[in-house]
Amino acid sequence: MTQDALLKMLEADARLSDQQIADRLGLQAADVAARRAALEEEGRIVGYQAIVNDDTEGVSAIIEVRCTPERGGGFNHLAQRIARFSEVRSCYLISGGFDLLVQVEAKTLIEVARFVSEKLSSMEGVLSTATHFRLKTYKQNGLLFGEEVNHDRLIVAP
Amino acid sequence: MNWDKMLSKQVVDLPRSGIREFFDLVTGSKDIISLGVGEPDFVTPWNIREAAIFSLEKGHTTYTSNYGLESLRRAISKYVQDFFHVEYDPIGEILPTVGVSEAIDLALRCLLNPGDEVLYHEPCYVSYAPSVKLAYGVATPVETSIDDLFALNPAKLEAAITPKTKVLMLNFPTNPTGSIAPLDTLQKIAEICIKHDLFVFTDEIYSELRYDGQEHVSIASLPGMKERTLLLHGFSKAFAMTGFRLGYACGPRELIDQMVKIHSYTMICPTITSQEAAIEALQNGTAAMHEMRDSYHMRRDYIVKRFNDMGMDCHLPGGAFYTFPSIQRFGLSSKEFALRLLQESRVAAVPGTAFGACGEGYLRCCYATAFHLLEEACDKMARFCDTLR
Repeated sequence: MTQDALLKMLEADARLSDQQIADRLGLQAADVAARRAALEEEGRIVGYQAIVNDDTEGVSAIIEVRCTPERGGGFNHLAQRIARFSEVRSCYLISGGFDLLVQVEAKTLIEVARFVSEKLSSMEGVLSTATHFRLKTYKQNGLLFGEEVNHDRLIVAP
Repeated sequence: MNWDKMLSKQVVDLPRSGIREFFDLVTGSKDIISLGVGEPDFVTPWNIREAAIFSLEKGHTTYTSNYGLESLRRAISKYVQDFFHVEYDPIGEILPTVGVSEAIDLALRCLLNPGDEVLYHEPCYVSYAPSVKLAYGVATPVETSIDDLFALNPAKLEAAITPKTKVLMLNFPTNPTGSIAPLDTLQKIAEICIKHDLFVFTDEIYSELRYDGQEHVSIASLPGMKERTLLLHGFSKAFAMTGFRLGYACGPRELIDQMVKIHSYTMICPTITSQEAAIEALQNGTAAMHEMRDSYHMRRDYIVKRFNDMGMDCHLPGGAFYTFPSIQRFGLSSKEFALRLLQESRVAAVPGTAFGACGEGYLRCCYATAFHLLEEACDKMARFCDTLR
């Protein structure tokens, strides 16, 4: 329960200090630090990042990849090879009409096109790709982008 | 125009709410962290807002029956049965109103003849006594204290009963103290009401927001009480729907029948948009409500610890989203403390006296405020308390 609460709190705001989390959960800061370290150690917490609105900077594309599974390894080997490219922000094995969903980020459209044609499509086992360019972000990691200013409550109410 | 002659004496003599007074003081002030609100800091969950939008899109912009939508009453009936374990017929025993406030006003007007007495426990929500007076009744407070954790003491209640007492108003969990009435206290209160033939209004608007691990028990569910109880509930607090202005009354058909009469002349019905949104809240709002409740729970634990650490005496309230810390050891009145806290630390909290004279020595601090603001408010209050020593 405490672990779930800790994860939920960090997912909402990873910048909270161990002391702040301890105060909110009624724990000692050392206890929070230990639990956090354990979660990092076991790979449950993979990292801490800022969520940046980069709609006006750079180019992002979602690529559907169809590929041939390998005997013994399924899609894992190929997926891991694709995921290692620095342009790839995320990579998922997906059910349905294609196999891998790959999100790619680059500075220009040409760079994305080059990545797809020169690196991705030419990999052994990749059968086809379909590239969709992001036009605008409305929500990412549970956060709404471009939300209007909050409506204020009254300062004092019964 | 001679307004002295023109205005109703009854209304002119009605005092302004102490909260209103304090509100006028803070209006226009900037950079204030407010612990003075009486509503959730959450926006209404999206599925409920979306249901309201869909209602408008479909062109549902008409009056409804004075009784409200039957589909809403059926949903309320099911919810009340599941949560309060009391059965009410959606046809004739349930009335959706514009907030619980309207339901209280209607019911008082239906029950009181001039001079009839109404008992209520103080500190309490600001509208109870004025509503009684506007219905030409006599409002008699029964003081509660920290000794009973601000629950109504049955002996004090019984001592306040006179031959003219007709109604008892209850509100557990309580605004402003967050108090809960333990089951044995409720049972004793019920026995007293039956013995003295009192009718009970039980405003249980905060009933979902309990953090003591106990199941909420409504006095309406106790033996012999349903027939003499009006159960008042609504959507404002648990579903974060204050602006929708929707509550409901469940009670004996004979009373609801009379209430609808006034309601049909004065209000007609709550807005259909709110009624349709409320159906969504009842049917699909529980998960979001529990998430909000858990968040309040964590904030309650935090703020109570901080208050006690900074030298205020603060009991652990069992419900609602208010703390009621004592500031008696600082040698200031509630109003002086709240004013200086506002001016010197830019934190707004409401003097306990806004909720009745026996609130002197206390502050109402609402913790339905973003956690980082609570932290900042507590830091500021701790420094303020230090300056008073």
